[in-house]
Amino acid sequence: MWDYIKLIVLGLIVVLAAIAANYARDPAYMVNALTIMLAAGAVFLWTLRHADEPKPVAPQNEYFDGVVRAGVIATALWGVVGFLVGVIIAFQLAYPELNFEWAQGYANFGRLRPLHTSAVIFAFGGNALIASSFYVVQRTSAARLWGGNLGWFVFWGYQLMIVMAATGYLLGATQSKEYAEPEWMTDWWLTVVWLAYLAVFLGTLIKRKEPHIYVANWFYLAFIITVAMLHVFNNLSIPVSLFGSKSVQVFSGVQDAMVQWWYGHNAVGFFLTAGFLGMMYYFVPKQAERPVFSYKLSIIHFWALIFLYIWAGPHHLHYTALPDWAATLGMVFSIMLWMPSWGGMINGLMTLSGAWDKLRTDPIIRMMVVSIGFYGMSTFEGPMMSIKAVNSLSHYTDWTIGHVHSGALGWNGMITFGALYYLTPKLWNREGLYSLKLVSWHFWLATIGIVLYASSMWVTGIMEGLMWREVDANGFLVNAFADTVVAKFPMLVVRGLGGVMFLTGSLIMCYNLWMTVKAQPERASDNAFVPAE
Amino acid sequence: MDTYSILREFADSWMLLILTLVFTGVIFWAFRPGSRSIHNEVAASIFRNDDKPATDPADRPNEARK
Repeated sequence: MWDYIKLIVLGLIVVLAAIAANYARDPAYMVNALTIMLAAGAVFLWTLRHADEPKPVAPQNEYFDGVVRAGVIATALWGVVGFLVGVIIAFQLAYPELNFEWAQGYANFGRLRPLHTSAVIFAFGGNALIASSFYVVQRTSAARLWGGNLGWFVFWGYQLMIVMAATGYLLGATQSKEYAEPEWMTDWWLTVVWLAYLAVFLGTLIKRKEPHIYVANWFYLAFIITVAMLHVFNNLSIPVSLFGSKSVQVFSGVQDAMVQWWYGHNAVGFFLTAGFLGMMYYFVPKQAERPVFSYKLSIIHFWALIFLYIWAGPHHLHYTALPDWAATLGMVFSIMLWMPSWGGMINGLMTLSGAWDKLRTDPIIRMMVVSIGFYGMSTFEGPMMSIKAVNSLSHYTDWTIGHVHSGALGWNGMITFGALYYLTPKLWNREGLYSLKLVSWHFWLATIGIVLYASSMWVTGIMEGLMWREVDANGFLVNAFADTVVAKFPMLVVRGLGGVMFLTGSLIMCYNLWMTVKAQPERASDNAFVPAE
Repeated sequence: MDTYSILREFADSWMLLILTLVFTGVIFWAFRPGSRSIHNEVAASIFRNDDKPATDPADRPNEARK
């Protein structure tokens, strides 16, 4: 019976999407509608072929790892795509001829840039967060994932959101809000998927068999709830037409800017920090085989982060129409964030106390330690840049880009790579990784790549900041904007090369993970035969 | 008074006080006497149930119940 209802609903979606594609007012909307039509059609066919088959009962004495495996694959693939687009746009900035004439309006810098940021943050990072949170919440709750196939809905629904957003960007659908570029139809769909994600995560926590909720789950839960809230408020918009991708924001002017950076900075604070700290608090102790240095410190880390981060957004709007008191508030809260961030960094690093020798033998631990190091470094740099005097030099320059990438490549990238290396042998039941030597290669390529990236952006950022404000004895500006562009050229090339190294490392990782699944012998397990319970 | 001023005054006074008290309360709660054994227990919880879910709370042999 349930199958028939599903078939009717899916069939309706296919027909409605086809009608929407027919009436579409712009190509981005049409491609989105066709994507939905194809996705719903595929699920329709799959349901039809399996209708009236006896449904396998989900074994409650096993973890639901299929969706985590899919998430690991998606993370690795989207990672490579996101890094590749990043390398392309890095070279487009150094060599403008790479904005090919035949690709204008589709693959020029302006169209590819949001594709890059969304691919690395939401496709690579988001899949890593969903997959690892499903893994961690099951292990620390000692319970199978709640909701059965709802987990699969979250996974595939999220991939559909990514495809809709990505094709939309290339065809020009954007609401021009940084990190919130997708238009209304993608936003609505993401809201549905995200609430399902929240339900799966909370459901598993509620039916947990452990008395306590491990701290990693607090961070994951804070990430899911806060992102839901931010996403809804920042995307309050009214579509111009139900058959077009354009929408109009409900807030306007400085209120809109404030809400945008409340969202934007907390996308950093809760998506890229709280969620990934959940990863850190599980995978670092597991890989080091010792409990976290101080559980008390992790509790304080959590609450301090939650109480402070949400106020830091206005530091993106120094010297704008935003009231001065709001900008000062954002700056002060950003500086206070030093304490929890460094407390968390110390907690992660000191987890290795007594096991520092592992740094020499285990390249995965090395990756995690460098990742925590970059967490500390970028959370030092960020508050410093939020100080108004520093911001007047650094804002709108490449320094900001360098800061973002030392956080994103160093902290988010490296902790995700560490988690993927940890998860793959576990999930596919393999006897360790295919090659530790390749992990070392990945580690050094990525680390040197990030160092090249960050240092070249410091040099070029401070240089252009100083050139922009340089005045002669009569108070006239010395440099034209184009002068700074010429002066930046060598640093832009070095930045691109750093990106190439990072991308190469991730390709090596994909090969290594693939060979782990394909060529490694099965793990000799002491519970290969689980007795029926 | 207009809505902005009312909200602004509330945020500057009572809400700020409440949030500060909740925050300090949480910190003190983490340091309450007797929390150490609980925290050690939770910190070690990631090292069990790695391969399959717990069947029943009573079945867990390594569960330190005090």
